[in-house]
Amino acid sequence: MSDTIIKFDNVSFAYEPEDEEVVRAVNDFSLDVPGGQFLAVLGHNGCGKSTVAKLINGILVPNKGKVTVEGMDTSDEEKTVDIRRIVGMVFQNPDNQIVATIVEDDVAFGPENLGVEPSEIRKAVDSALKAVGMYEFRKREPHRLSGGQKQRVAIAGVIAMNTKCIVMDEPTAMLDPQGRKEVMDTVMKLNKEFGITVILITHYMDEAVKADRVVVMDGGRIAMDGTPKEVFKNVERMKNLGLDVPQATELAYRLRKKGFKLPDDILDENECAEAILKILEVKK
Amino acid sequence: MLKDITIGQYYNVESPIHRMDARMKIILTVLFIVSIFMCKSFEALGLMVLFTLIVNIISKVPVKMVAKSLKPIVVIVLFTSILNIFYIRGGTELVNWHFIHITTNGLFTALFMAIRIVCLVVISSLLTYTTTPTVLTDSLEKLFAPLKLIKVPVSTLAMMMTLALRFIPTLIDEIDRITNAQKARGADLDNGSFMQRVKALVPIIVPLFVSSIRRAYELADAMDCRCYTGGPGRTRMKQMNLRATDFVWLGAALVYFAGIIVLNYYFKAVLVK
Repeated sequence: MSDTIIKFDNVSFAYEPEDEEVVRAVNDFSLDVPGGQFLAVLGHNGCGKSTVAKLINGILVPNKGKVTVEGMDTSDEEKTVDIRRIVGMVFQNPDNQIVATIVEDDVAFGPENLGVEPSEIRKAVDSALKAVGMYEFRKREPHRLSGGQKQRVAIAGVIAMNTKCIVMDEPTAMLDPQGRKEVMDTVMKLNKEFGITVILITHYMDEAVKADRVVVMDGGRIAMDGTPKEVFKNVERMKNLGLDVPQATELAYRLRKKGFKLPDDILDENECAEAILKILEVKK
Repeated sequence: MLKDITIGQYYNVESPIHRMDARMKIILTVLFIVSIFMCKSFEALGLMVLFTLIVNIISKVPVKMVAKSLKPIVVIVLFTSILNIFYIRGGTELVNWHFIHITTNGLFTALFMAIRIVCLVVISSLLTYTTTPTVLTDSLEKLFAPLKLIKVPVSTLAMMMTLALRFIPTLIDEIDRITNAQKARGADLDNGSFMQRVKALVPIIVPLFVSSIRRAYELADAMDCRCYTGGPGRTRMKQMNLRATDFVWLGAALVYFAGIIVLNYYFKAVLVK
């Protein structure tokens, strides 16, 4: 892990700051994200997680506190382009973020905006499309692709700009299971092979399990922060916050309540199966 | 299904016309339209029709497609021709019966007008048959680039056109979805009087607008995130390069243009003053 790439310093944000009655979307929020980390942000609807995403690259600017990206303050308008060069963003609806009528033209959009040389853009576009596994679709029209494919094109559009960090705001919420898997595999690959920092905002627990670190938000604040194992251990706390835990964790939790001696940090099916098998063997 | 529509009317084959630089195609189309209205003699008109035919054959766009583009103008052509025949005076009188007067001038004006309109439509649809909308937009941006000097936001306008093209299929999908949703709620879209059917469209148009505006906001955020500023300093991945063959075409067009002028000069104009 390298130095901090994104830093939230006691950040507060309200969509209508004049109105004291209205609850702040983000309230006194502090967070350090080291470079190369895969961070998942969880929380129920309206907990402020999408607002956090928009605060990172200056679409929204905090009312109080400070957000910095590699030391640059997001409220400094002169730095906006530099910040967005470092932090790319992928939104929930793939249809609303694709700008061109041909896949490769869309991926080229970011580098074109940055004024990169045409031959360099070509290289960046080709390698970005290969990284997300969409190279053979480069001449296609985006509206003929599946949701998962469109979302991968959107990801390619971000990494073609050579970003160090990708913020994804529920990128799989509108996709079918196949599309979700495609997108998650791509995200994992970018994080592990290319060392890109990933901030994944999601409400799918099985996606959060794959992260290095999970932050759970509630009422605009951080409720829990730790590795997936540390966070999902607190099954009751999660349920109180209106969230689920992964199914395997849930099963282990219920069995434990019935008196079976299962470890409390089970996250996936294999771990769970092994633990249950162990108990069964002891019983024999 | 609605989703399978192709935007524009691009006809995908390989031909020298398809390969021609789109900027050159636009310029030559304009030049040709000028030449259409310069024809004054039968000989010049003949050359113009011949040129139209040759270009069409080279483009490999099937006759059926060309005919399709002419369908909407048949009525206009017939209507103007008939009016011209009966109302234009001058030249030798052919028919003089009660209130009906037909003269050579009237007859020839009608003929010229009909041929001119047909050739105009054929050549300009050829432009859209052989060029994709995306390329067309890009080359219009390039051609109008000098207007940037007088502060016309050419790139921004081109971006708007690209986005409009991009969102046509998305919005068609949306209309499909909203229509189905309203039908599921019991909306009757296919029956009733004309006014009733127009009114039945309101519950489709209103949600369509609302969702389009929401989309626009999201799109604006997404474009912001990808560093779009709308200002100068933007480059393009795909460069347009004029090739030798494009200049061959330009040469051919100029020879044709000169031919029209010469034929007009040497042969008698058809209409008598």
